[in-house]
Amino acid sequence: MENLTTQMAGVPLNHYIYLSAIIFTIGVIGVLTRRNAIVIFMSVELMLNAVNLLLTAFSVHSNDPSGQVFVFFIMALAAAEVAVGLAIIVMVYRNTKSIDINVLNRLKW
Amino acid sequence: MSTQVFYFVATLSILFSLMVIFAKNPIHSVLYLILTFFTFTVHYVLLNAQFLAVVNFIVYMGAIMVLFLFVLMLLNLNKDTEPSKSPLIKIVGVIAGGCLIVTLIGSLKAASISSPLILKNPGLGLVENLGKELFGPFLLPFELSSLLLLAAMVGAVLLSKRDEVEA
Repeated sequence: MENLTTQMAGVPLNHYIYLSAIIFTIGVIGVLTRRNAIVIFMSVELMLNAVNLLLTAFSVHSNDPSGQVFVFFIMALAAAEVAVGLAIIVMVYRNTKSIDINVLNRLKW
Repeated sequence: MSTQVFYFVATLSILFSLMVIFAKNPIHSVLYLILTFFTFTVHYVLLNAQFLAVVNFIVYMGAIMVLFLFVLMLLNLNKDTEPSKSPLIKIVGVIAGGCLIVTLIGSLKAASISSPLILKNPGLGLVENLGKELFGPFLLPFELSSLLLLAAMVGAVLLSKRDEVEA
């Protein structure tokens, strides 16, 4: 492990930012193009994870453990969010027999 | 050699997250999402954030993904019942995402930070170091997050309980 991380010095911080930006964008595209509520939820998870990775990379970059503590809090928050969100999706499915979000557009009115 | 490991795992991350978006069957999406999270765990190990690697493995790949799979199986949605959006909306969505990434990368080019990532303190992401941080300056948010989890649990049970009065 020690040997492995000393060799990590070669990866520039830029490439972590690129990776996180690409995965965040994939999550955004998923939210915009899918209609299944659960897949949209998974795209949101993807975005949260991209931010987590970026926070960790910056934490290592600036030698500050606070960033990793934030990631820990984001994970706790994501767990709570998934529990409540999936309960809402189950309730929506029970009422409309579908998890297509276009059925839910009457919430607008 | 290890930088090549990073690029290989990063390629896998992007590939699997694309598969999450474009898989037709929601079950396949969940399975690809589990693979994506596994590659993220590898990223954390490469950054020597061992505590986060373990938490990511247990909480995300264990708890959250089991919850997703459980709900998908419960709702019996493992067939292609999803009507896809019109091609126009899909193209507009992809173009909007492309604009987002062009903006992000363009602003990054303007900022121009490209110093290589150097792990100055090898014990940065270990449990000992993070525990001292978590129970020192971050004690209040830590306790508040336990309240948040309790509230989420009560809310989830209340929401998914069948309402006898109206039914």
